[in-house]
Amino acid sequence: MENFKTDFEKTLKESNLSEKEIAFKNLNAMEFSKQGFPNRKIEDWKFSDINQIIKKEIGELSFYNAQSNETDVDEDVLVSEIKHNKLIFINGQLVQTDFRSEEKSKIEFLDNQNDIEQRSVENSLINLNNALANKSYKLLIKKNYQIKHPLIIYHISNNKVTSQNINLKINFELEENSSLKMIDLVKDKANKNFINIFYNFSLEKNSVLKNYKIDQFENNNIRYMFNNIKQSSNSVSETFYLSKGSTFSKNEITCDLKGEYSSAFVNGIFSLDKDKHHEIKAKINHLVENTKSYQLVKSVLENKSVSVYQGKIYVDSKAQKTDGYQLSKAILVDETTEFNAKPELEIYADDVKCSHGSASGSLDENSIFYLMSRGLSYKEARELLINGFLVEVINQITDEPIKKLIKNLYGLKNEY
Amino acid sequence: MREKELEKLKDYKYGFSTDIENFKAPKGLNEDVIKFISNIKKEPKWLLDWRLKAYNRVKVLKEPNWQKPKYPKIDYQDLYYYSAPKSFKEKPKSLDELDPKLIETYNKLGIPLNEQKRLNGIAVDAVFDSVSVATTFKDTLTEKGIIFCSISEAIQKHPDLVKKYLGSVIPITDHYFATLNSAVFTDGSFVYIPPGVRCPMELSTYFRINASDTGQFERTLIIADKGSYVSYLEGCTAPMRDENQLHAANVELIALDDAEIKYSTVQNWYPGDKDGKGGIYNFVTKRGLCKGKNSKISWTQVETGSAITWKYPSCILQGDNSVGEFYSIAITNNHQKADTGTKMIHLGKNTKSKIISKGISAGFSDMTYRGLVDISPKSENSSNYTQCDSLLMGNKCGAHTIPYIKNKNSNSNIAHEATTSKISDEQLHYCQQRGLNSEEAVSLIVNGFCKEVLQQLPMEFAVEAQKLVGISLEGSVG
Repeated sequence: MENFKTDFEKTLKESNLSEKEIAFKNLNAMEFSKQGFPNRKIEDWKFSDINQIIKKEIGELSFYNAQSNETDVDEDVLVSEIKHNKLIFINGQLVQTDFRSEEKSKIEFLDNQNDIEQRSVENSLINLNNALANKSYKLLIKKNYQIKHPLIIYHISNNKVTSQNINLKINFELEENSSLKMIDLVKDKANKNFINIFYNFSLEKNSVLKNYKIDQFENNNIRYMFNNIKQSSNSVSETFYLSKGSTFSKNEITCDLKGEYSSAFVNGIFSLDKDKHHEIKAKINHLVENTKSYQLVKSVLENKSVSVYQGKIYVDSKAQKTDGYQLSKAILVDETTEFNAKPELEIYADDVKCSHGSASGSLDENSIFYLMSRGLSYKEARELLINGFLVEVINQITDEPIKKLIKNLYGLKNEY
Repeated sequence: MREKELEKLKDYKYGFSTDIENFKAPKGLNEDVIKFISNIKKEPKWLLDWRLKAYNRVKVLKEPNWQKPKYPKIDYQDLYYYSAPKSFKEKPKSLDELDPKLIETYNKLGIPLNEQKRLNGIAVDAVFDSVSVATTFKDTLTEKGIIFCSISEAIQKHPDLVKKYLGSVIPITDHYFATLNSAVFTDGSFVYIPPGVRCPMELSTYFRINASDTGQFERTLIIADKGSYVSYLEGCTAPMRDENQLHAANVELIALDDAEIKYSTVQNWYPGDKDGKGGIYNFVTKRGLCKGKNSKISWTQVETGSAITWKYPSCILQGDNSVGEFYSIAITNNHQKADTGTKMIHLGKNTKSKIISKGISAGFSDMTYRGLVDISPKSENSSNYTQCDSLLMGNKCGAHTIPYIKNKNSNSNIAHEATTSKISDEQLHYCQQRGLNSEEAVSLIVNGFCKEVLQQLPMEFAVEAQKLVGISLEGSVG
């Protein structure tokens, strides 16, 4: 924590902030130095002790982020299959914004929006983010505007950084009848960093958010991502996780369904091997009548990997007619792997329909036998079963071009 | 005044108290009290040392606080840890010498201690506050070599068995309440079934808290030796008092090779009044160890009483091919709170476990199912099936499901299902159309909802439990 104090002061000195902002940052920094990184003793981190993992994988972490002027974007990393808007972050710093294909007056992207949330959080990683994220960004989609092309947010790192803590914070505001579809694409070349990303979404009436998070490519960073979504009436949020590439990753999502007829969908795939440890923690708060949520998470685990799914449906006593559903399934391909789940229901209203299911086990030998008796090799049969298992989640994606893109990225052929 | 009390008794018919002179240990928790308990029971030195070791750990341990129902801080120094009817200073040799008031109490509770009067052939060990008052059908059991007596008697007569197994499932290094029990436990039942014996009748313990300001800390130890079988029943009641009373029992089950233990509980401690005043804190540790190959432990519980129920009857499936089962109905009404469930810890190969939990909450109550299924890496070919259903009546109550699922073995399967719903209007309408009033209709539907669990209970208990389910929910509809 010594490191943190000196690095925090250094960061504060170099930034140009108002008194209020400094006070806010100080408060958060104090909270973080008091709490430190979450460990196993905290219920939410029971299955993933990030404190230990950082110690083991990174060791000493540096919290100071020098302002380097990266401008070169390696064209190779950009997605060429679909036309899209871009936000490119290299080592946590914004280097490119591109909303050329959208109507200028309808979209606003503001940097240096140091919004000060006074509400306290019980999450030391958010404190860390608040204290150190040097800028916080804001994307505003104005009333009645439907974004034409998806926005891809590139999270790139290069080998100039290592053992670094990178913090990023973006607020998204979707005004009435607007829609946003976006992809978070992780492309890391850097090693052994702790990346901490915090997104706030505010969805007004009738707005639609589609957020796809792709962590496909092999990298040995530690990643924490928190999505905080607040939904007004009739809004829809769809969040998809492809959790594969990083050494450690925890995706947390909290969704407040505050308006009637709002709905939230959370889908995820864990496809892990080589000692990786990934987690999705979803909390859906049904606060008013007639809201709906649906969660589907599937894991395929190989070679000492661990996946964790913590899902919670909370139903307030006002929230009658809630429809909540949770399903988590896991295939443990070999005996070194581990699947942990904690699917929770917390319900205070009686006229509701809530259920969850969880199943885990090995690949079905009978199915493999069936396929092999029809001429497939063991490897092909296995691959077919695993892909068939996972593709159900990808097929939940409601945006066709993006579904195709993700299938491509994941290496699934079109016939799935 | 008297009428008022009678009025109260209508709701909880076991709510009377017996006016009997008590012999108590001084209030408070300290080494002297533990020595006092040990001394009065004429315990051997190893047990006193064991108790003191547990007490030393209690001093440094903190009460757990992760549970859902919160309760006001318990002042452990303000409790009596030993209370016995005065006539028990010298234990009566036979039922004839027993204080008639006690016999009357148990008759009122529907538990006649006179063997002649009993028709249904269940051997009973009755525990009144801190001591066991009577054990019936001893001769029949002794013929078969079965030991069924109070644990105090077992400590005197079968010290080797007690020493070998006491604390082998719930060690003194366990959590706060379990360790507290180890330090101050006063009485309870002891069962030993010799190899190859199938116990010819149901064994039963009846717990009764009578004195006020008393914590009941009983300890039950059941050992089923190779190839044996036993079915054990447990019932509980307490008088209605405005203060909360603590009940922190430990139950240890050990099943050796090919043995089977079936443990059924109908818990009907005083739940407190309509406004949530008074009632028992039922903080019980129950754990079974399937130690041998092919052993089986099955827990069945019907939890309708207590202000707060907080317990997780668990199975440690150590032996290969062992089986653990948990069937539970928990009903909370008014201001009752329950946090209950089970733990299935799979260690051996080919182990199977099954969890069926039905929770019903009404009024202002709060109900939580909390469970753990843990399949360890070496526990090959194991499987678990969990089903937990909750039923809510009204929107002032809560129903929660918190399962922890850990699968570390690729050849093992875990399946978990949970639903939460209410009694649908269609169901109610259908029943009412056929001439049932709404309360009868609800009772019928609830009994149907609980059927899977009620079926697991022994006959006499099932009838009682079915009635209890109806009574507990009275006044919760409309």
